Amino acid sequence: MHVTSRQFKDNARGAVADANLRQSLATMKTGFRAKRGVAVAALPEFEALREAGKAMKDHTLAHLDHYLERFEEKVTASGGHVHWAPDADAACRTVLDICRRHNARLVTKGKSMVAEEIELNAFLQKNGIEPVETDLGEYIIQLRHELPSHIIAPAIHVRKDQVADSFRDTHTQFPADRPLEEPRDLLDEARTVLRDRFLTADVGITGANMLIAETGSTVIVTNEGNGDLTQLLPRVHIVVTSIDKVVPTLEDSSIVLRLLARSATGQPMSTYTTFSTGPRRPEDPDGPEHFHVVLLDNGRSRMLGTQVQDVLRCIRCAACINHCPIYGAVGGHAYGSVYPGPIGSVLTPGLASLEEAANLPNASTLCGRCEAVCPMKIPLPRMLRHWREEEFARHLVPARARWGLRLWAFTARRPALYRFGTGLAARALRLLGGRRGRLARLPLAGGWTRVRDLPVPEPGGTFMARYKRRETH
Amino acid sequence: MTDPARDSILNGIRAALRRGPLPAETRAALDRGLAAPAPAVVPAIARGSRAALVARFVVNAEAAAATVARVAPAAVGPAVAAYLRDHNQPTRVAVAADARLDGLADSGLLTVERRGTPAGDDAVGVGHALAGLAETGTLLMASGPDSPSTLNMLPDTHIVVVRARDVVGGLEDGWARLRTAHPDGPPRTVHFITGPSRTGDIEQTLQLGAHGPRRLHIVLVDDDPDAPAA
Ligand code: SF4
Repeated sequence: MHVTSRQFKDNARGAVADANLRQSLATMKTGFRAKRGVAVAALPEFEALREAGKAMKDHTLAHLDHYLERFEEKVTASGGHVHWAPDADAACRTVLDICRRHNARLVTKGKSMVAEEIELNAFLQKNGIEPVETDLGEYIIQLRHELPSHIIAPAIHVRKDQVADSFRDTHTQFPADRPLEEPRDLLDEARTVLRDRFLTADVGITGANMLIAETGSTVIVTNEGNGDLTQLLPRVHIVVTSIDKVVPTLEDSSIVLRLLARSATGQPMSTYTTFSTGPRRPEDPDGPEHFHVVLLDNGRSRMLGTQVQDVLRCIRCAACINHCPIYGAVGGHAYGSVYPGPIGSVLTPGLASLEEAANLPNASTLCGRCEAVCPMKIPLPRMLRHWREEEFARHLVPARARWGLRLWAFTARRPALYRFGTGLAARALRLLGGRRGRLARLPLAGGWTRVRDLPVPEPGGTFMARYKRRETH
Repeated sequence: MTDPARDSILNGIRAALRRGPLPAETRAALDRGLAAPAPAVVPAIARGSRAALVARFVVNAEAAAATVARVAPAAVGPAVAAYLRDHNQPTRVAVAADARLDGLADSGLLTVERRGTPAGDDAVGVGHALAGLAETGTLLMASGPDSPSTLNMLPDTHIVVVRARDVVGGLEDGWARLRTAHPDGPPRTVHFITGPSRTGDIEQTLQLGAHGPRRLHIVLVDDDPDAPAA
C-alpha cells in the first residue's frame, strides 16, 4: 500500500488554498450529509440496527477463522475457488495468474477499495493486461491518473469541465466539436464507451461489500449497474475482497443493508444489491463460467485483539468522511492514503505502519461527529487517540513537541508554578498584542499562527484567577 | 490440502485473538446458528396487512424513480405495450423464458424479438420477479433458465412483472422466498433492484441511466384478493 501521509501538512496547506476543491467539497453538505439525515430520521429502528450491527460484527470477528472457513467451503461447493492472500503482493499475483490462465488481455473492473489498496491496476498494466474502471467516478480518475479522493465518490474533487477535457483527450473516436457541457452528455459518452468494454472484456473484477458464510455468496451494493455488467458478461468473475467482510447469514446481511445505503447516500436501498454465488449453473443462460474470490489480509488479522479491532466492523459507508470538518477542508488527496478521513486515519496506520501514516492520527479535531454518525458505532476518536499515544511512546513525535509536552506536564502537576506561569504568559501576550488585541505571529507557535491570528487573553487575569475572585464574592 | 497462505492467515487470526482453533462444541454451536438464521431487527415498514404492503411497495418503488402500473392478470401484455408507446420506445422486446410471460404478445401489440438472454442492443427487456419487497419498493430477481441476469442490466428499458401475491414485507421475507424456491442454496445471481440505474459521480448531480437501464417499469399483477387495487 502506497502511503504518502508524511506530506499531510504540505498537502493540506495546498488543498485549503485550492478554490476549485473547496467548491467541490461544499456539495457534500447539501448532498450526502443532508440526505443521510433525512433517511436516518425516517427509520425509527436505526439506532436498534446500529446496536445489532455492532453486536453481529463483534461476534463474527471473535470467530473470524470459523466463518472464513465456512465461507470457503460454500464457495467451493457452489463451484468457485477461494484464494488466500496474506498481503497485497500475493493478492495481485493471484489475480494475474487467473487472468493469464484465461489468456485475458482486457479486464473490466467494478469499484473496489481493496483493489485500490493493493494497487492492482498498476500491477496488471505492468504485466501486459489492460484494466478498465467502469464505475463512472473511478473511470474519470483512471483517465486523470489519480487516486480516489473519497471511498464512495472517488471523483468528488473533479469539476465537470475537467471531466470533459479528459474525455476529449481520450475518446478521440468522436467529433472534436461535440457538446460536453452537461453532466448528461458526459454520462452518455461514458456509457457508450464502456458498454463496448463490458461486451469485449475477458475477465471482470469486482470488490465485495459483504461475504456470506451461510451461502458462500459475495455481495456488491451499487447504483450504476457497472458492477453487474462487469461480473455477468465476461467468462471469468474475480472478486477481490478482504477477510473483514464476512458476515454469518443472509439475515445478518439485512442489518448491514439497512444501515449502508442510508448512511452513504441517504437511499433506503441502493439501486442494485447483488448476491453472487459460484459460477453460472449448467442450465443457466448467462453469467460467468468461472468464479474466484481473493481474500486479502494485509494487516487486518494483526488488528484483532488490539485497541483498533473495532475498525474491522467498518462497512465503508463514508458517513464519517462526509461529516468530518478536516476532510471537508482539505479533501481526500491530502491524506496520502486511498482511505481518507477518520476511517482512513484509523485504518492506514494498521494496514501500512504508523511511521508511514505519520500525521494522520493528528489530522482530526476529535470533535466526535464521525463516531456519532458511524452506523457500526466505531469509536473513531478513541482510536485516533490510541494512535497518538503510540506515536508518542514510539518516539515518532518531533523532539520539540515532546519537550513542550513534558514541560507542560511538569508545571501542570505543580499548581502554584502553573498559575504563576500562565499569569505571566497572559500578561506577556497582552503586551505583545497591543491595541489590536490579536497576534499574527508568536515565537514557537509559528505553525499555529501561520494560518490564523491568536486572540490575546482578556484583561482580568487567567481563568483560575477570575474564578477565584468570583468564588469569594 | 495444505496452503501456507491460508494457514498463515487463519493462524494469524487465532494468535491475535489469543487462542488456538475453536473447540468442537463452539464450532458446533456456530454451525447451528448458520443452519437456523435468526432475524435481528425487522423495521415496522417491513410489516403490515397485505393491502398495506402492496400499497407501500408501489409508493417506495416510485420514490426510487421506477414507474408502476397495477393491472388485472389478463392485461399484462397490453400494459407493457401501452408503457412503451407512451415513452416512445420500440415494441420489439426480449422476454425471459419464464412460462408466466408466454402470452405477452397475444394481443398483437408487441413483437417478441427473442426469449431468454438479450443481445447487447436489445432496447427493451421483460422479466418476472420472484418477489417484491414493500420495505423499499425493491424487486427480487433470481437467475435461472427462466430468468437471465443480463436481462436486468443490458436493455435501456427494463420491464418487470411481479404478482401482488409475491409482494412481501422486507428482506427477511425475501430470504424466506428465496430459500423455498432454492432449498440447496441461492442461484448464481440474486438481484435486488430498486429503481433504474443512476450515478452522482459528476459534481454530485443525480442522473438516471448510468450503465444499467435508464427506465424501470413495474407491471404489478393484481392477483391477491386481500390486496385489491384502490
Ligand atoms: S468508520 Fe463507520 S462511518 Fe466511517 S466508513 Fe466505516 S462504517 Fe462508515
